[in-house]
Amino acid sequence: MTTRRDALKVLGGLAASATLPRLGLAALPGSERRLVFVFLRGGLDGLSAVPAYGDPDFVAKRGELAIAPPGTAGGALKLDDFFGLSPYLGEMHKLYEARELAVLHAVASPYRERSHFDGQNLLENGTLKPFGRDAGWLSVALAEAAGASGVALGPSIPLLLRGPASVTSWSPSALPTPDLDLLERLAQLYRDDPLLAKPLAAARHAQGMMEGNDARAMGGGAQSVAALAKAAGTFLAKPDGPRVATIDFGGWDSHANQIGEYSPLTRNLRLLDRAVMTLKSSLGPVWKHTAVLIVTEFGRTVAINGSRGTDHGTAGVAFVAGGVVPGGRVIADWPGLSDRTLHEGRDLRPTLDLRALLKAALVAQLGLTEAPLETKVFPESRGVPPLEGLFA
Amino acid sequence: MRREAIIAVNRFGLGAAPGELAAAASDPRGWLAAQILKPVPDHPAFAELAASSETLKEYPRWIASLRMARGDASATMRADGQPTVRGIEQNFRDFFGPGMLKEVGARLAAGASTPAPFHERLALFWANHFTVSAEKPVIFAVVGSFEREAIRPYVGGTFVDMLVASSKHPAMILYLDNNLSVKPGFTGPPNAGANAPRLTGLNENLAREILELHTLGVNGGYTQADVTTFARVLTGWTVGGPANPGFAFISRRHDAGPKTILGKTYTQDGMAQGEAVLRDLAAHPATATHIATKLARHFIADQPPPAAIERIARAFRESGGHLPTVYAALLDSPEAWDAPLAKLKSPVEYIVSCLRALPAAREAKPQALFFTLREMGQRPFFAPSPQGWPDTSAAWAGADGLWKRIEWAGTLAARAGSRIDPLELARESYGDAVSEATRLAISRAESRQQGLALWLASPEFQRR
Repeated sequence: MTTRRDALKVLGGLAASATLPRLGLAALPGSERRLVFVFLRGGLDGLSAVPAYGDPDFVAKRGELAIAPPGTAGGALKLDDFFGLSPYLGEMHKLYEARELAVLHAVASPYRERSHFDGQNLLENGTLKPFGRDAGWLSVALAEAAGASGVALGPSIPLLLRGPASVTSWSPSALPTPDLDLLERLAQLYRDDPLLAKPLAAARHAQGMMEGNDARAMGGGAQSVAALAKAAGTFLAKPDGPRVATIDFGGWDSHANQIGEYSPLTRNLRLLDRAVMTLKSSLGPVWKHTAVLIVTEFGRTVAINGSRGTDHGTAGVAFVAGGVVPGGRVIADWPGLSDRTLHEGRDLRPTLDLRALLKAALVAQLGLTEAPLETKVFPESRGVPPLEGLFA
Repeated sequence: MRREAIIAVNRFGLGAAPGELAAAASDPRGWLAAQILKPVPDHPAFAELAASSETLKEYPRWIASLRMARGDASATMRADGQPTVRGIEQNFRDFFGPGMLKEVGARLAAGASTPAPFHERLALFWANHFTVSAEKPVIFAVVGSFEREAIRPYVGGTFVDMLVASSKHPAMILYLDNNLSVKPGFTGPPNAGANAPRLTGLNENLAREILELHTLGVNGGYTQADVTTFARVLTGWTVGGPANPGFAFISRRHDAGPKTILGKTYTQDGMAQGEAVLRDLAAHPATATHIATKLARHFIADQPPPAAIERIARAFRESGGHLPTVYAALLDSPEAWDAPLAKLKSPVEYIVSCLRALPAAREAKPQALFFTLREMGQRPFFAPSPQGWPDTSAAWAGADGLWKRIEWAGTLAARAGSRIDPLELARESYGDAVSEATRLAISRAESRQQGLALWLASPEFQRR
């Protein structure tokens, strides 16, 4: 049986905060900094994305779901001597090797129940309660960063970006663009409308920025993650564009048959892999100022369930990528997979609060200070300081 | 009275068809109540749609055609309908897609022309409450029949009957994986061929969502242990093979014996145990409050008035979930009649209200409407999760969604040409609720087409 301390040893000193380079917080919150939030809705199975092949209980607990160690057929891509990366995340692995992607494991939001919808809502509203407020932490954070705006890629704006900030949204369309005169008249007509005036102005601005971009015509319509990633890059690469983009990516609720070349989980991992690369190339030189956060509402059960899937769990995995990320490391205070260490006997135990990562991103990319972060953005979060050294 | 008619037709209905506002004007509440008391005949388009038992029988035929086409004897579907060979999913959509587009077309045609739009709104409300979604490929073929078989027949019945029908429908069982949930330690043979997954234990998906979404609500007082135990109760609830493609209870998969849920011990044998739990869940006061809150949010306001919730919940509790009694309590809520235009229409409500207002637009191809709705963020039958579509104005008020509605309004108006008098149309749908600013904007438009686009995109017409 491995203790937590042993696991730390296995990791060779672990890239936990003690050994991270002290890069300092809020070093350069310049306005060229950009932030992309990719929300994997449905609960990504963290141990499929980032298998802890070095954990002595990994194979026994995961059964058929246990991804083979690096170096074996169909095995994981090596991250270190303890963790691997899903073989379907090959592009992300290249980023890891280029030290532009870091992995955080055993991470969870403060939510400890197992409802997707409450879990997503809490993660988005930034409070300690589902439906704790009608605004998202990212919108509140943007409002604190003077003059910064956001864009939601997709036909609707997630709670995360609803609230006080100036936000637009965009997704591909096959309908003819309305003529300018009609738009002017509607702008007049909506002038005093509390619900429609701002969205119309924001939509017109977004349409202007996307003029002539071929993401407009990419297949798959509003649901295509690659098209949305490309568009996100286009928006953020504009010098006067939004500084924050969100991409909603659903379908991660892998209750059954999550293994194999053609399972929905495999397909989604491949789409994610491609979307990250599409985003990087679309950002162009702005990639070096960008942080991409890839987050889900909760992890899944450690053990395989009765139908070769996993049920709703607690801690899981998160990724950070981009030019501002000193990557090539796994950040985890690994709790172990033995029965004794599992949360409620079934889930990976959280050892890192997701808000520490989110706060670090807001400090580095939007220049926020701790005062608004621990009161307004994430109320009652003083005990969860920004994770140091996560971003350069 | 005039205002009540506007509210009846727009808030509780699907927007005025020609002459409808006038028809509702003399007794708006009676006009609504009559739609519940008198059963509505199905739209004729429904007669052409396949039952779930037929589509489920199509599976083997589809697999055979796939093998023929590919010369690939290994091509098959697993028990959960997930493809095992690359491209099967696309092939599956090609095969079953026309049937699903027919479902979309029939549903939109029914909405566009029904003389009982309140009844139709309730059907859509319940279909969203009991969401099954074609986001999961196997559901693609049965998502429409689910609504016609498990929801629509019960809209004027009791909640418990709809709950049982939904929980036993193959679409719900497949969507929430209960066909894959077996008693812990199960070792029997799978019943779906060599490539079927080996089933070894519980899958708690359906049990959890029945508790969280369909009955008690997330704060309804159940625990993880209740979820797990309920999953054990529901083991054996599955879908039969091609010879018997409906609900099936397979006792050798069932975890027999007494079980305790929410403090009550159930000693029934077999399927009766699950039915008993469902009956108790339907009668639980938390369920009454959960349903009442959702109805009030849907029909009255994003922040539903507590008094209305309690009135509707009481009707639910006291009538044993008799839905017409519940709807009557909703209609008796003064809060519902306070002010028109309280909520933004969802994309489906918006498109259907356009089709009702402009009968000529009903000629639009289902495929075109399907794509338009997808771009507006509400692809029919593809809800993003078991929670269904969001039901607040804020969720539909984003920049991109608004942009798509304006694009659609412009397109529709251009097609309508100059036949329609937009001011007349506005008066026929929203009467006195048309603001002076909107009236003025329409009357100053450069053409009837532009006036029509302004009306369809106006703040009033986007609300209900």
